[in-house]
Amino acid sequence: MTTRVRKGELLLRYVLLLAVLALTIGPFLWQLSTSLKGPTEDIYSSPPSFLPRHPTLHNYERVADTIPVWDYAFNSLKVATANVVTNCAGSALAGYALARLRYRGRRAATLAFVLAMLVPVEGIIIAQFTTMRELGLNNTLVGVVLPGCVGAMNVLLMRNAFLNLPYEIEEAAYVDGANVWQRFLRIALPSVKGTVAVVAIFAFMGAWDDFLWPLIVLSDPSKFTLTIGLNYLHGTFAGDERLVAAGTVIAVAPLIALFAGLQRYFFRGVGEGAVKG
Amino acid sequence: MSSSPTVSRVRRQWPLSPWLLAAPGLLIIGAFILYPFVSTLVNAFTDKRTLIPGEFVGLANFRELLHDDMFWIGLRNSTLYVLGVVPALVILPLLLALLVQKNIPGITFFRSALYTPVVASIVVVGLIWVWLLDERGLINSLLEAVGVGRVGFLSDQWLLLLSAMAVTVWKGLGYYMIIYLAALANVPRELHEAAAVDGAGAVRRFVTVTVPAVRSTMALVGALSSVAAFKVFSEVYLMAGPSGGPAGEDTTLVMLVQRTGTGLTGRVGYASAISVVVFVVTVALMLLVLRADRRAET
Repeated sequence: MTTRVRKGELLLRYVLLLAVLALTIGPFLWQLSTSLKGPTEDIYSSPPSFLPRHPTLHNYERVADTIPVWDYAFNSLKVATANVVTNCAGSALAGYALARLRYRGRRAATLAFVLAMLVPVEGIIIAQFTTMRELGLNNTLVGVVLPGCVGAMNVLLMRNAFLNLPYEIEEAAYVDGANVWQRFLRIALPSVKGTVAVVAIFAFMGAWDDFLWPLIVLSDPSKFTLTIGLNYLHGTFAGDERLVAAGTVIAVAPLIALFAGLQRYFFRGVGEGAVKG
Repeated sequence: MSSSPTVSRVRRQWPLSPWLLAAPGLLIIGAFILYPFVSTLVNAFTDKRTLIPGEFVGLANFRELLHDDMFWIGLRNSTLYVLGVVPALVILPLLLALLVQKNIPGITFFRSALYTPVVASIVVVGLIWVWLLDERGLINSLLEAVGVGRVGFLSDQWLLLLSAMAVTVWKGLGYYMIIYLAALANVPRELHEAAAVDGAGAVRRFVTVTVPAVRSTMALVGALSSVAAFKVFSEVYLMAGPSGGPAGEDTTLVMLVQRTGTGLTGRVGYASAISVVVFVVTVALMLLVLRADRRAET
């Protein structure tokens, strides 16, 4: 930016930024603070005390005694990791086929993915659950992953990324005798790494944060993911705010760390997803 | 895309491979998105239950909906949700984007910080706000400290719905802000400068330069957020509880689908009929917003 910003305007901007910052980050910090307050400290005081007087990890131990929170975290991790792998592989393969290969029915296949993207998932959960039960996969982590394991939007994102690659590179490889798989793996895929990263991050976040579908498909508390476990914790121990606070911190910390490290992919994903969405 | 001889030779060489590549994706969306969608449409005309296949009943489910108070409550709440949330999510993120657009020192940090609620799970966000808005929570402590007194955000039917809307807006701000930032980057600086030279103030420039330049993005945000708002589930479920607040008065349509269609006695057919209403309104909302945009452009 070359234009000079006047001092008054700059000050006003920072004041506004700090106000918005307090509104967006404040609630997370309050939750963290609550989770660190010991059993003797009054968490309901007015005026409120923002910092814990004697910070303690006691509540985190208590969460683990109340619900198997680390098992739930592990279940969430399994679900999220599986979702990343299947989405990256499945949407790269399908996206490549849609973008690069001429074959009968390509338009129909593309249309199928576009239609699937437009279906409001919230409206079909009951039918999805029925399907899952018929497959005997209700109340399993596989059942949690399966419906979203190759997202239609991810396929279309990958298709666009492949369409933007110059065709000549692959043609050269073809002349050199490379077959479809070789061209896909060695030339096309490495050129769209950025988009694969976007798909991976949104697949992880989507699975880690998901609530409605696992709520419907999981009934056995030993199979819960973190979000469902937290809902259970809240429903059963609603009065124990320190406990719930510790649970939410456990659930949100990994994603905030991931976001801090890989911000540009998060932002890129919003841009690319919104244009398609 | 060139249809060079290369391509046709590929087909001759290995006619199945394109389908092999696309197969996993097609199989998944076929089995778990498109098939459930079609079967929802079909089930809506049956009396299917969780453990009973059911029979064709014509429009009986839809006729029952007309007399089902809970359905009307759900339709009312989901509609109110759109009306309350969408204007806020169209305007506020645009203002935020303008605030973080200029590259002043530290701005990257602020942009990321404002995006953080988007990254957090709706369950985490919901529970954070349940605690903040609690009868004895932080916000009520502050209100009491300044002499306003405590407010029953989570006990009054309307305050509950309003609080849930505020949480939806709070969580969505950063997401739409990023969409607007991308759009603002394409607005020519000269337009702003010309308007400034003509003596237009900040508000005037916003209305005459910024808004027209990002109008189609506003329509996109309007479409995305209205569809999402109409399908609201988690915020209200977490804040009002599974039964939807006092006397179920805060139930939304998707909550009703979930409550009606699940469990051993779940009425799959009836829940599907409610889903069909969700589909129809969702499509109508999208068309409405995009059409309004087209009219504004001409």
